[in-house]
Amino acid sequence: MSTSTVPLNDSAQQRRSFLLVVCCTLIGAAAQVLIKKGAGALGANPTMLQTALAMVLTPALFAGYSLYGISTILLVLALRHGQLSLLYPVFAMTYVWVTILSVAVFHESMNPYKLAGIVTIVAGIAVLGRE
Amino acid sequence: MAWVMGASFFGSFGALFLKIGAGKLQRNLLSVITNWRLLLGIAFYLFSSVLFVFGVRRGELSVLYPMVALGSVWTLLWSWLILGEPLTRPKLVALGMILCGMALIGMGAR
Repeated sequence: MSTSTVPLNDSAQQRRSFLLVVCCTLIGAAAQVLIKKGAGALGANPTMLQTALAMVLTPALFAGYSLYGISTILLVLALRHGQLSLLYPVFAMTYVWVTILSVAVFHESMNPYKLAGIVTIVAGIAVLGRE
Repeated sequence: MAWVMGASFFGSFGALFLKIGAGKLQRNLLSVITNWRLLLGIAFYLFSSVLFVFGVRRGELSVLYPMVALGSVWTLLWSWLILGEPLTRPKLVALGMILCGMALIGMGAR
């Protein structure tokens, strides 16, 4: 889609890359929820080999890593045309979605430390993108 | 939590070898499948995901997932030590912020 014959102007391309990265963060966060669900269903003390096999054989884990792959491909597509310094902070939104989903899906507790931590990490990644 | 941090450590070697391997790539399939650096990079990524699954099976996702950010700290270090990329002030600031964020989340863990 990024090799369309009609040339897009800069801002349209930038917007398209932005939306692509937002999709990528949503899919990436959904992937983490599936991976956590699948990993939680592993036995009490799985070996490394059992864990590796489960990644292919457990539907939730397999689906999670498939989504993870898709989100990585979307990110690469977005980065081909977008500006890295703008897209990197957007990409860090994955951390925000995963936190929200952890509370919504797994009923994990939220507290000021976790919130401050997430904000600091996202800001740190944004600084990294400015390089 | 140690497993997830270990996963981020090995995952950063995945990135390092992919980077070194990609630099030596030519435009044919054979050069992709015989590129041991690239294959080693992929192997590191696979190993790192097994560790991640192992680590994430217990504990809170809202605590464990942010630990993945430690991977960018390792990657910054290897880029500086092995690839010779400059460690600029913004990079150091980002590194410090990511570590502080992780410490905060660790304090908020149940």
